[in-house]
Amino acid sequence: MKVLVAVKRVVDYNVKIRVKSDNTGVETANVKMSMNPFDEIGVEEAVRLKEAGKATEIVAVSMGPQACQETIRTALAMGADRGILVLTDAELQPLAVAKILKVLCDKEQPGLVILGKQAIDDDCNQTGQMLAALLDWPQATFASKLELGVSDARVTREIDGGLETITVTLPAVLTTDLRLNEPRYASLPNIMKAKKKPIDTVDPASLGVDVAPRLSTLKVNEPAKRQAGVKVATVADLVAKLKTEAKVI
Amino acid sequence: MTLELVPARELAFQLYDVLGVEALCQRPPFAEHSRATFDAALETAQRLADDLFRPHNRKADLEEPRIENGKVRLVPEVKAALAAFAEAGFFAAHRHESLGGMQLPWTVAQACATHFHAANVATFSYAFLTIAAANLLEVFAADDLKRLYLKPMAEGRFFGTMALSEPQAGSSLADIRTRATPTPEGFFRIEGGKMWISAGEHELSENIVHLVLARIQGAPAGIKGISLFLVPRFRPDGAFNDVRLAGLNHKMGWRGTVNTVLKLGESGDCRGWLVGPANQGLACMFHMMNEARIVIGLSAAAMAMAGYRLSLDYAKNRPQGRAPDAKDPAQPQMPIIGHTDVKRMLLAQKAAAEGALALGLYCARLVDEQKTAEDESERRDAGLLLDILTPIMKAWSSELGLKANDQAIQIHGGYGYTRDYPVEQLYRDNRLNPIHEGTNGIQSIDLLGRKAVMADGAALKLLLAEFRATAKAAHADLPDYALALGEAIDRIETVTLRLLAGREAHGGPLFLANAWAYLEMLGHTTMAWIWLTQALAARPYADEFGKGKLQACRYVFAWELPKTKALADLLASLDSTTLDMHEAWF
Ligand SMILES: Cc1cc2nc3c(=O)[nH]c(=O)nc-3n(C[C@H](O)[C@H](O)[C@H](O)COP(=O)(O)OP(=O)(O)OC[C@H]3O[C@@H](n4cnc5c(N)ncnc54)[C@H](O)[C@@H]3O)c2cc1C
Repeated sequence: MKVLVAVKRVVDYNVKIRVKSDNTGVETANVKMSMNPFDEIGVEEAVRLKEAGKATEIVAVSMGPQACQETIRTALAMGADRGILVLTDAELQPLAVAKILKVLCDKEQPGLVILGKQAIDDDCNQTGQMLAALLDWPQATFASKLELGVSDARVTREIDGGLETITVTLPAVLTTDLRLNEPRYASLPNIMKAKKKPIDTVDPASLGVDVAPRLSTLKVNEPAKRQAGVKVATVADLVAKLKTEAKVI
Repeated sequence: MTLELVPARELAFQLYDVLGVEALCQRPPFAEHSRATFDAALETAQRLADDLFRPHNRKADLEEPRIENGKVRLVPEVKAALAAFAEAGFFAAHRHESLGGMQLPWTVAQACATHFHAANVATFSYAFLTIAAANLLEVFAADDLKRLYLKPMAEGRFFGTMALSEPQAGSSLADIRTRATPTPEGFFRIEGGKMWISAGEHELSENIVHLVLARIQGAPAGIKGISLFLVPRFRPDGAFNDVRLAGLNHKMGWRGTVNTVLKLGESGDCRGWLVGPANQGLACMFHMMNEARIVIGLSAAAMAMAGYRLSLDYAKNRPQGRAPDAKDPAQPQMPIIGHTDVKRMLLAQKAAAEGALALGLYCARLVDEQKTAEDESERRDAGLLLDILTPIMKAWSSELGLKANDQAIQIHGGYGYTRDYPVEQLYRDNRLNPIHEGTNGIQSIDLLGRKAVMADGAALKLLLAEFRATAKAAHADLPDYALALGEAIDRIETVTLRLLAGREAHGGPLFLANAWAYLEMLGHTTMAWIWLTQALAARPYADEFGKGKLQACRYVFAWELPKTKALADLLASLDSTTLDMHEAWF
């Protein structure tokens, strides 16, 4: 079975996000970028499926500027077999990404598509769901456990009240949650091997997808500064404050 | 969010903008590489260091190694971190593909290493000692020894040590007493005691490969009678090799690294195999010394960097006091980074940490040049520059690095003096660096007594020519610094000639009496030079990063370089105050 994994290049999770001075977006010049952590979990899951003999080929897809190739290389160094770079400098919103993935799925015919449940830059949590709808495939979102069968998959999902286990028929779309696995490090020998793995470059137009944004960003602001805390003398004080000031109990 | 101890951007700047390491990819050993593979290796190093080394840095400090049922017990996180380090291929990062290596340039491997030094030097030391020991075996060991030991060391299955020191012989290795007796079977019987051996006994690896200095029976006295032996904890057939743990040393820092007193051959059955020619053990050791001492200097730089980043973060978040001209006590207090004296201490740390880092990576680059430069004369020049820069890098970086950690504590005020903040541990850990691998006093004597005068001063001339070339390059854009650096170079030339004349007239003891002042003068000048190269490389960056580089360069030229004037005066006067002091007058 072929597995397709989507990997997004985002501002590294360690970087303190700064809003551009003209309030049009977030500062990304000279900022460290890396693979969306949820996508790393996706790659790791695919590699484990391959190691277990359940997947035969892993295709890593990234979209955006040329630098996204580095993100694909990271996926290849973790164990993916080949990459597809959808090259564009346009702003990509979840719907456009889902449409591109749909076309790629039509071409590649994977048995399973794995995405992160969300990207840590825009936190949309939409792409996987939109893709499932466009493909008319079952979806298993927020996965914390995957047991892959021949024609279906048992997936444990993280939901508000606890865990839910569902079965989806294949092909299906899966989005990862944090507890699905612990992604491996790209080892030095595998970094060298990844250099020799192929990456195809295509662009949205050649795939017949119009990526024009459907939403426009009006303004981006820093969140309000956190207020300084106060020290309370006793537990009773704390309870009183939680009741009367914070009004949470 | 974790604070970056050694920022990725800083390393990228040093590697690509200052040192141009991408050019190395044109040389055959590195032909498979590109900036992308370098970046990927750096990224894996940083993550591994943050995820598996940094979290137990404090725990391993608090829970010192101890002996339980005859075995050394460490916190379990040490083994897990080193196993992941091995798994990721870092034991062999710079080694040839045939040994499972990535053939990474030494410069890039050392840049990767800074993440581990900063995150947890005590755990990392098991790895870098192993890598250093393996480097030595690769050059000097016979093929059968290499077959048995090099591959498992490159895979991180066997760990290594450097077993030089003895209780009565630290700086003066000529006085070691461990004996080696030849046997008809070809190996030697080793008998003696070793002191201070880091990673001398533990259960972290399948085997421990000790590189032991010992004296073959009947060998000449002094350093000309010392040989190097490979002494495994377990022999190839698995038998115990009579290397016994006699005790542990309890240290101020580096506590996660078990430090041992070892007894070799107590039962008369410790076998050692000769590495390199007989009686040339110290020469073999010294062959690797440049690299090892640069690693120490870089370790000090990385810890200085960690203290700088931590105290910078603290200074931004600690409200205390108000601006000198603020009269209204009802105003909230301001973060201490607003106080000029705190900025002074941050600037001093930035200058020390980033300067020592730049110099250490420059030295690592020289190691690559020495091994892979196209023509013979380039390789020879790189070797000469390394010879003279090594004592400066080792001693000055460890001196500045420790001072930087001191300032990191100072910025934390009373909190910095408690164990609730990590800076006090950094200071204790970093305190080792001026002591081991040749004390800083020994380095200063090496610099003036040997390196500055060797081959008719060829190494010093070459170094000063490098400095002058940078001053010239800075002439158009940064003329004041170019001028100041030029004057400092002149001072070094004048003072060195004066000292040499003094040696003719008054002999060696006076010549070497102020060797430390000489090292300080060269240290300050070298820092000014490396900062000027950084300022030049930072010109394309108009952002805060670039401005910060320029300002730190300004700090070094305003606050540090002028100190060389007083040092030059002292040296040129052939001052004999320390020499003339009598023991009885103390
Ligand atoms: C934590 C730790 C780890 C270590 N790990 C190892 C290891 O793994 N393997 C190993 O072999 N060794 C190791 N050492 C030993 C270390 O290299 C020695 O401590 C060091 O070389 C100094 O030797 P010493 O302690 O005997 O001091 P000494 O040599 O007695 O020096 C004491 C002082 O006298 C000065 N001095 C000595 N001789 C001269 C001279 N000729 N001229 C001017 N000044 C002089 C020194 O500069 C120093 O200030 C370690 C030490 C420590 C503390």
